[in-house]
Amino acid sequence: MNRNAILALLGVVLLGFVPFVMDDFFINLTSQILCYALFAVSLNLIVGYGGMTSLGHAAYFGIAAYGVTWLHTVAGWGQLSSAIGAVAVATFTAAVFGVLALRASGLSFLMITLALGQIVWGVAYRWVGLTQGDNGMRFPVRPEPLGFNINGATSFYYFSLIVFVVSVYIIWRVVQSPFGAGLRGTKDQPRRMRMLGHNVWMIRWVAFIMSGFWAAIAGLLFVYYQKFVSPYTVSLQQSAEVLLMTILGGAGTLTGPMVGAVIVTLVKNVASSYVERWNALLGLIFVLAVVFMPTGLVPGFRKLWKRRTAPPPASTPALTAKPSTEHAS
Amino acid sequence: MQFWLIQTLNSIAFGGLLFLLSSGFSLIFGLMRMPNLAHGAFFMLGAYFGATFMNWGINFWIAALMAGLVVGGLGIVLERGLLRKLAGNAQGQVLVTLGVSFIIADVCLMVWTGDPVPVPAPQWARAPTFFIGYAFPTYRLVVLGVAVVAAVLLYILMERTRLGAMIRAGVDDMEMARGVGIRVSLLFMMVFLLGAALAGLGGTIGGPIMQAYPGLDQDMLPLALVVVILGGVGSLLGAFVGSFAVGFIYNFGTALFPDFAYVILFLPMVAVLVLMPQGLFAGARQ
Amino acid sequence: MTVNRRTVIKGLGVGVGMAALGAPAVKAQPKPIRVGFMTVKTGPLASGGIQMEQGLALYMKERNNILAGVPVEIVTVDSGGAPAVARTKMQELVERNQISAMIGPLSTQEALALDDYIRETKTPTLSVAAADDMTQRRANPWFVRVTSTSSQCSQVMGDYAAKELKYKRCSTIADDIAYGHEQNAGFQATFETEGGKIVQKLWPPLAVPDYGTYIAQINTKVDGMFAAFAGSNGFRFFRQFNEYGLRNKIPLLGGMTAFDESLLQQMGDDALGLLSVNYYSATIDNPSNKRFVEGMRRDYKVDPGYYAAATYTAGAVLEAALKTAGGGGDKQALMDALRNNKVEDTCRGPVAFDKYGNVIGNVYIRKVAKQDGRLVNAVIKTYENVSQFWNVKAEDFLKNPVYSRDYPPAKFLEN
Repeated sequence: MNRNAILALLGVVLLGFVPFVMDDFFINLTSQILCYALFAVSLNLIVGYGGMTSLGHAAYFGIAAYGVTWLHTVAGWGQLSSAIGAVAVATFTAAVFGVLALRASGLSFLMITLALGQIVWGVAYRWVGLTQGDNGMRFPVRPEPLGFNINGATSFYYFSLIVFVVSVYIIWRVVQSPFGAGLRGTKDQPRRMRMLGHNVWMIRWVAFIMSGFWAAIAGLLFVYYQKFVSPYTVSLQQSAEVLLMTILGGAGTLTGPMVGAVIVTLVKNVASSYVERWNALLGLIFVLAVVFMPTGLVPGFRKLWKRRTAPPPASTPALTAKPSTEHAS
Repeated sequence: MQFWLIQTLNSIAFGGLLFLLSSGFSLIFGLMRMPNLAHGAFFMLGAYFGATFMNWGINFWIAALMAGLVVGGLGIVLERGLLRKLAGNAQGQVLVTLGVSFIIADVCLMVWTGDPVPVPAPQWARAPTFFIGYAFPTYRLVVLGVAVVAAVLLYILMERTRLGAMIRAGVDDMEMARGVGIRVSLLFMMVFLLGAALAGLGGTIGGPIMQAYPGLDQDMLPLALVVVILGGVGSLLGAFVGSFAVGFIYNFGTALFPDFAYVILFLPMVAVLVLMPQGLFAGARQ
Repeated sequence: MTVNRRTVIKGLGVGVGMAALGAPAVKAQPKPIRVGFMTVKTGPLASGGIQMEQGLALYMKERNNILAGVPVEIVTVDSGGAPAVARTKMQELVERNQISAMIGPLSTQEALALDDYIRETKTPTLSVAAADDMTQRRANPWFVRVTSTSSQCSQVMGDYAAKELKYKRCSTIADDIAYGHEQNAGFQATFETEGGKIVQKLWPPLAVPDYGTYIAQINTKVDGMFAAFAGSNGFRFFRQFNEYGLRNKIPLLGGMTAFDESLLQQMGDDALGLLSVNYYSATIDNPSNKRFVEGMRRDYKVDPGYYAAATYTAGAVLEAALKTAGGGGDKQALMDALRNNKVEDTCRGPVAFDKYGNVIGNVYIRKVAKQDGRLVNAVIKTYENVSQFWNVKAEDFLKNPVYSRDYPPAKFLEN
């Protein structure tokens, strides 16, 4: 635990130095990565810790983005109240959708979230009076939190970093809390949890709502950065992409979704300048990762690392590898 | 009058097409307990291959069969090469099929460019047929006929052959099937071949209606999902009923409630899943 | 003095064009510039994006990568059609490649996502995106559009249908996206101004595999039907329209991209006689277009259509502006030149720009015909120097709400 805390602190410090060693383009890119990383970490709450795979998570992300834009530009609310209102709407949606989706589990759960996500997309696309349809809405100007101007690349980066670190810290505390233990319990041994008197449904529902809440925070970061929101933000592609990040990096670990977000964002935005068929590349990375590291890159490489550093115990790596796989998932 | 007649015919014909799309999807789903998210891509590949074969001067029906074989072969590669390595990890399998669908879509774009590729109908089916004075596309009736033939053949396969018995046993209870000595791994391969081949065949048969174009995969996959959710997984009858149900919901829904055109398929999907959360496999594990 | 320098540069341009490789070194060789080119090469929008790339590549090849004496390097990026990616890509173009101007993006979503960044970085942008308001109520001072707004061409078609074809009753069908809404509204506005009536409007979603359910609703008691589709949808709709035996019952009037040249060969002889409207046709009879069409057929075996002509025209407009501004060093000068120039010699005919940055140029009514064994959109009538406001004064036009699904309101709907 202590070593992890030091590593985390080191990571934050390193991230703090990003603007000193990189140009504006990469600073902006890192801001985006932070946004998607928070989005993926939020999804990981239910996918990784709760064992509920959702293919409609872009709904909360996008509703927050649309919400803050609509409240600020159409309803004329202030920046702070728009932000709070948008997160409230997105979280409330998550609460309602959670009630529906949690009627089922496993693949049925996945399908309900997918269908609900598609309905949100349909509304964003079709209800032109509310959302301006496929043209999308512009968010005119970034807020000034506590009077700080965050229009520049560097200042916005620090703003994102603070939001990201604080959010991830809280999520980490939640995961470490008795509630988090309960959530993992509902994933691995729901029956036993029930016998011990836990309300499994309630634990899952609360996790679902929290997950929606943090996705909404990421959605705010998204729209503050992009100053624009369109139906693409709530599309199935977006939902699939964030699920891909989460699982690619390693669901059920704190850093896995972040690593996934880094890889996916870099492939989409940087590798696509060099590789014409970057969509196929993304698919290939994904397939290879799932096949060769079914638990994700972070647990996979951790395992490799352990195997390399640990003194080889005779010749039975395959046997020792098995249980650790299960442990990590 | 015309509206109701033509929309009814439309619904039935579209239902036939949906059956060709979703019967294979449902079989794979039922046996392997996973939605093959590359199914839409398989369907699109079928349309592209069919068009290409016809371009070489091959007869429509032979082209359709060839497209089915090629795509079926691809299904085997996917099953043997990737899915098998992930046995027992249903989530991983689903994600691999998603990744494969990305790759297929991008490769299609590279090979057949972004422009739509026309898939011609057989010459004799191009002029419309008239029903009490109203024109209806002949080819859509042909598709309906193909769907019915396919349904009958599949029914015979499932009910009257050893392979069918094994598949049914596997869908009902995999452990039991393994217990009585069914070679499950071979069975998976056969079902994947069959399911993918049906998608490829369906792609060519549906081609003259929809043509082959980038994005066809994403347009079709949700339809297959909805059919299977409404009809139940792994059951041929379910896929048959579900296809026609979706055909009617889709045609009349978008015509009568145009404002709901975008969500017309997902509202019933949510309703079914919420009201019958165990419904997906309920039919399979009675 | 300016004149003098221009002539020298022009001389150089001709020299290079005529392959006089030993052209004498000119004094004060202009600084090479980079031009960003944002297109879509992956995903469902790729068809148009690839044609855009072909058109621009051909123009640069013909000019040997030297525009108005300035060596130009084109930096191509692929946004995949995703607005968020478009933004990062544009940052890459501006911050890392230091582009002097940008050609693209393709879609309105992307263009709107880039809107404030374009203003912020003062990047002259020659976009293909068609949304009306980008050069109307929300005009961006760094934006020029060399093609057409969504409604610019369809307004012409509405007028043509009422006055020339003498249609009284029309129905419309269009993709249910802003591009379709605006095209449709433009047609309706001018058609009804001239006394016609729109009796039915149908809106199939953009990604719809089967049009059967919409075709079954078509009101057959009309003189014609206006069809505004994007991508491959026009082609797919037309095939299904034929299937239902409507081909000889209802004349179709196509919008800008419904029967695009890139779709024509696939549509087959059934398409003969179809009317459509566009700012371009591969049959336009001018030297620049002849060279263009010849080059496209030679290099890519296709006829250019909406998208390829867009970037080819953008190349000519940019070249003229570089000439006027004396290079790409001064963005403001380049922008002023882009907007104030009148460019006589482009493949679509002469173009000029209004104060909102939108093109004033010819619009063509075209009819599908067979020439030398291939299907073409032959020009049957040319409307010269058409403005995005049609014959309405800009100020009056802009007082109205932007064209949409429900504006102008349909007063004559039946059923």
